[in-house]
Amino acid sequence: MANVGIVIISHSEKVADGVKDILEQAVGQVTVESAGGTEDGEIGTSLEKIQGAIENVHSAQGTVVFYDLGSAKMNAEIAIEMLELENVHLAEAPVLEGAYLAAVEASMGSALDEVVKALEKEFK
Amino acid sequence: MTFTVEQAINWLTKSNEKIQKNKDYLSELDQAIGDGDHGINMARGFDEVVKKLDGNDYEQVADVLKDAAMTLMSKVGGASGPLFGTAFLKISMAVKGEEAVTFGTFVKALEDAVAGVKQRGKAEEGEKTMIDVWSPMVERMKAADDFDASVIRDNAKSSMEATKDIVATKGRAAYLKERSKGHLDPGSVSSYYIFEALAESLEEGA
Ligand SMILES: Nc1ncnc2c1ncn2[C@@H]1O[C@H](COP(=O)(O)OP(=O)(O)OP(=O)(O)O)[C@@H](O)[C@H]1O
Ligand SMILES: [Mg+2]
Repeated sequence: MANVGIVIISHSEKVADGVKDILEQAVGQVTVESAGGTEDGEIGTSLEKIQGAIENVHSAQGTVVFYDLGSAKMNAEIAIEMLELENVHLAEAPVLEGAYLAAVEASMGSALDEVVKALEKEFK
Repeated sequence: MTFTVEQAINWLTKSNEKIQKNKDYLSELDQAIGDGDHGINMARGFDEVVKKLDGNDYEQVADVLKDAAMTLMSKVGGASGPLFGTAFLKISMAVKGEEAVTFGTFVKALEDAVAGVKQRGKAEEGEKTMIDVWSPMVERMKAADDFDASVIRDNAKSSMEATKDIVATKGRAAYLKERSKGHLDPGSVSSYYIFEALAESLEEGA
């Protein structure tokens, strides 16, 4: 069965890709997708990129989404509302540390609610 | 007086003209208390809005505003995308079904827009955001019984100017705390252009 998916949203394409690289290097079984920068790769966020990333990693197991600043959160919320998927959780945690923890949990086959619980415990 | 499809298109076209003309000024304002991209964001978004509307045949004001809203959400790239996108989307939803929108419906639509922006931005009045232009506009229009271009223009201008004295508690400017005082809020200035464009589209009629 698939693991919980992870989406990294950042204002910078490099940051989002970099966080993805770190997770993939350190954690084996992880389904992570980055959504960094605007459509033209400028600093900002893109609703379409975010939606695409969520759709790519999402499975019945669910998805956790991490964001950095300001509009990243608003666009993440709109993306989740528009996709109308079950089991997509927007995490209130530091992007790198949070996603790292989620990746470790997900790679051990934890369910979405267990991943969310681990995040809440660590970053409350 | 009613608000027609032609006026809605005119509203967005004029908003775009003002935003393009003041693109650098808006970014300068954002440089002072944000990340300096507000003019670029709004100019990119409204340019796409006008392109999207161009050549389309619209039967309802709601359809014009919905296309504008979706374009802003997907093209802007900063906080103003989801926020202005939400505002226009809420207006669109509230005027749906009326080919010529009455004043009462329009005011209700603006009220929904303010509620939507507040919910999206988790913000209230007095936090030095675009809400500080949109919310007083709703209150002022609720006290009137028909569209009045000069009331709209004056109200937006004074609200926009009043953001200078506010300490930001939402958006990027909030990181500056007290130091955000003494600067205009960029999103409020672009909101002023949008209401100025609305006033002009009302003056020019259908
Ligand atoms: N939480 C919020 N609620 C309401 N309005 C907000 C909020 N945050 C920002 N704004 C408005 O948006 C304007 C800034 O828009 P801009 O396009 O520069 O986005 P940004 O803050 O740079 O976005 P990002 O965080 O993605 O970089 C502000 O001047 C303010 O009027
Ligand atoms: Mg900005």
